[in-house]
Amino acid sequence: MLASLSKWFARFGPFLGLALVISIFALLSDFPEQYLSFRNFRIVLAQTVIVALGSIGMTMIIISGGIDLSVGSSIALTSVVAALSLQKGIPPSVAGLLGIVVGAWVGYINGLAITRLHVVPFIATLGMLGIARGAAKWLAGEQTVNPAETWVNQLAVTFPDPAWLLVAPGVWISVFLALLMALVLRNTVFGRRVFALGSNEAAARACGIPTQRVKLWIYTLAGLFFGLAGVIQMSRLRQGDPTVAIGTELDVIAAVVIGGGSLSGGEGSILGSMIGALIMAFLRNGCQQMGWPNYIQEIIIGAIIVVAVAIDRWRRGRVFKI
Amino acid sequence: MSLLRLSKISKRFGPTVALDGVDLELRQGEVHALIGENGAGKTTLMNILAGILQPDQGRMELEGRPYAPFSPLDARRQAIALIHQELSLFPHLSVSENILMGMESSRWGWVNGEDCRRRTLQVLEDFHHPEIRPDRAVAELPIAARQIVEICRAIAAQARIILMDEPTSSLQRPDVKRLFELIQRMREQRISVIYISHFLEEVREIADRYTVLRDGQGVGTGELGSVSDENLVAQMVGRPVKNLFPPRQQSKTGETVLRVEDLAAPPSVKHASFELRRGEILGIGGLIGSGRTQMVRAIFGLAPVESGILVVANKAVSARRGSPLLRIVQGMGYLSEDRKGEGLAVALSVADNVTLSHLSSCSRWGWLALDCQRQGAQAWIRRLNIKARTPSQPTWTLSGGNQQKVVLARLLHQDADILLLDEPTRGIDIGSKIQIYEAIAQCASEDKAVLMVSSYLPELFGLCHRLAVMSRGRLSATRSVDEWTPETVMQTAIGGGE
Repeated sequence: MLASLSKWFARFGPFLGLALVISIFALLSDFPEQYLSFRNFRIVLAQTVIVALGSIGMTMIIISGGIDLSVGSSIALTSVVAALSLQKGIPPSVAGLLGIVVGAWVGYINGLAITRLHVVPFIATLGMLGIARGAAKWLAGEQTVNPAETWVNQLAVTFPDPAWLLVAPGVWISVFLALLMALVLRNTVFGRRVFALGSNEAAARACGIPTQRVKLWIYTLAGLFFGLAGVIQMSRLRQGDPTVAIGTELDVIAAVVIGGGSLSGGEGSILGSMIGALIMAFLRNGCQQMGWPNYIQEIIIGAIIVVAVAIDRWRRGRVFKI
Repeated sequence: MSLLRLSKISKRFGPTVALDGVDLELRQGEVHALIGENGAGKTTLMNILAGILQPDQGRMELEGRPYAPFSPLDARRQAIALIHQELSLFPHLSVSENILMGMESSRWGWVNGEDCRRRTLQVLEDFHHPEIRPDRAVAELPIAARQIVEICRAIAAQARIILMDEPTSSLQRPDVKRLFELIQRMREQRISVIYISHFLEEVREIADRYTVLRDGQGVGTGELGSVSDENLVAQMVGRPVKNLFPPRQQSKTGETVLRVEDLAAPPSVKHASFELRRGEILGIGGLIGSGRTQMVRAIFGLAPVESGILVVANKAVSARRGSPLLRIVQGMGYLSEDRKGEGLAVALSVADNVTLSHLSSCSRWGWLALDCQRQGAQAWIRRLNIKARTPSQPTWTLSGGNQQKVVLARLLHQDADILLLDEPTRGIDIGSKIQIYEAIAQCASEDKAVLMVSSYLPELFGLCHRLAVMSRGRLSATRSVDEWTPETVMQTAIGGGE
């Protein structure tokens, strides 16, 4: 009974949390119809895109038993690279692609440090947190880079240009990529190896899985998503800002953890992480609507993270009693 | 007709020689038993065959061609699969994924779930366990079912040579029977099996030929039909007891300081009763995994206990309510078999480690007197001949033998009356061993009581006054060491005696 309850919780817990957050604010709000309006949902969704994209990559890393602390810096670096490329007159599509490639490259270096130099992921990516941030400031000459307006800036607007899109193109991109990666993690050999790696690395090696190569792929692939998040960041701000997204990695990790990911590996889902990202976005939005100060948001989100993990621990104690 | 031939395989780990010129010949379709004491090198040899380790010297031939696997994947491609001693499963993944990991049915990288399910069902059916559902998470299965999943993994790999490292250690008897039926069927299909086990009756039931390893050397090989149990046991233990041990002080049979009555800490400890007296060294023999370690941990309050009574210094307490802190207050000290994991804080200094469980000896009002701590440690460094330049040297810079002396020094500094030592000389060089033996004998002569778990028979016979043997969770009666022989200890351990 308890075991099935805890399994049910694992699957639907994040949804329950999201529903709870939305209904609490709807009840508290003086203008619930405004809070629950499609207009407001569009705003929240557009705000979620960057954390959502980051958490797709992070989910994969966390399932494999790793961590990446360099997300925020990577976003700043790629946003600067994309903005600089636009400024140099490179076509927007190529500039965006360049940003994404730089993100993947940062991830690749993280992977190399972890697999070749045998530095634990926490430290390797902590190093990259500094290196990528520094590189971004260096490239941008310690100021924002302001390219001319292009269609790239349409990616993250709250009210998209062809109105039939309903929400920002970035939201659709995130939804598409989330679905794709959920399928990859569920149905491909690579995806199952990511889980195997996080579940029992020694056993994975004994089963003949090239664990180091899989890890290198995981960090590189995740880097692609962080790069894309950087391009969207640039598109939102309409500039490349080397000091942007400080601490974003923590939001991204929180989204994954709230969504059921386990920092000891083997567990997590893209869907859960997306819900986790939405829970945080709705919380922020709700607090703003209520006119609560910023520090209240921070306290609430901090508490939510601890509660989510405590529930996870309780569940794990039931299911994984070995 | 030999399928696999090993010649002169050697492997060292630092100063320890794990394998020293081992030969082995495996014929097609035979079950070859690899037997020997714990630490004889069996598992190392298996790991070399499975591509997990590479030998330092020697050559291997598979069907007459050189065989030098550089990774587990490479070994698996050449159809050699290893079933591990310790379970190596993915608790989060399904039964099907566990069985087929590394060889999933796939196309363009996409897993064909339907086909994986079908193959898993086929394998489970072959092994007569259709009740295990392919899509259940392995974490939800009981231990015995997990082992079946592990065995099914090797079967699914369609290996020509299957290495089984104590595959029955957590199986129930009906499952052992099924495994043997399956091995029988493999033999009919010309699959060769190398079967490691301590249990001679099992080996006799299933294997054709045998090789005995002792101290990293092959000491005998042949047909099982033409060798007696006594002869096999003699080959396993037949080692002259060298003169490593200090002269045994006559036990003064002092008062009983610890009496353990009907201790049960399932699943590993089913029943244990014994008395420990002042001035004696009580040895606990038995195989690894027989429950010796868990018994000591249960006594020291580190493992959950189901029932049992401890009488410490004439006061009876329930064994169920124990914590290491309480036991230390009652005068016990514990040396773990897992030195790096539990025995030491290797990043801390020698002085910190020596004084850790008795910091009050050199502190006042919570403030440590560092000089006093260093001097206290220095005294033990001298007494136990620990090779450390200064007491403030980090412990990880010491050799294994000296690290172990630091652990022992901690128990002595704490002035424990009852020393619970689990494999005190595991993995250390011979020189340190001798010094640890001396220190242990010294403790006994100072009227302390010593309980020593060991897998190394000469040390049980050379040092202890009385012996008891653990076998599958049950502790035998305690008898004076003169009433035991290495052969009877081994027979009791593998379930032949009592």
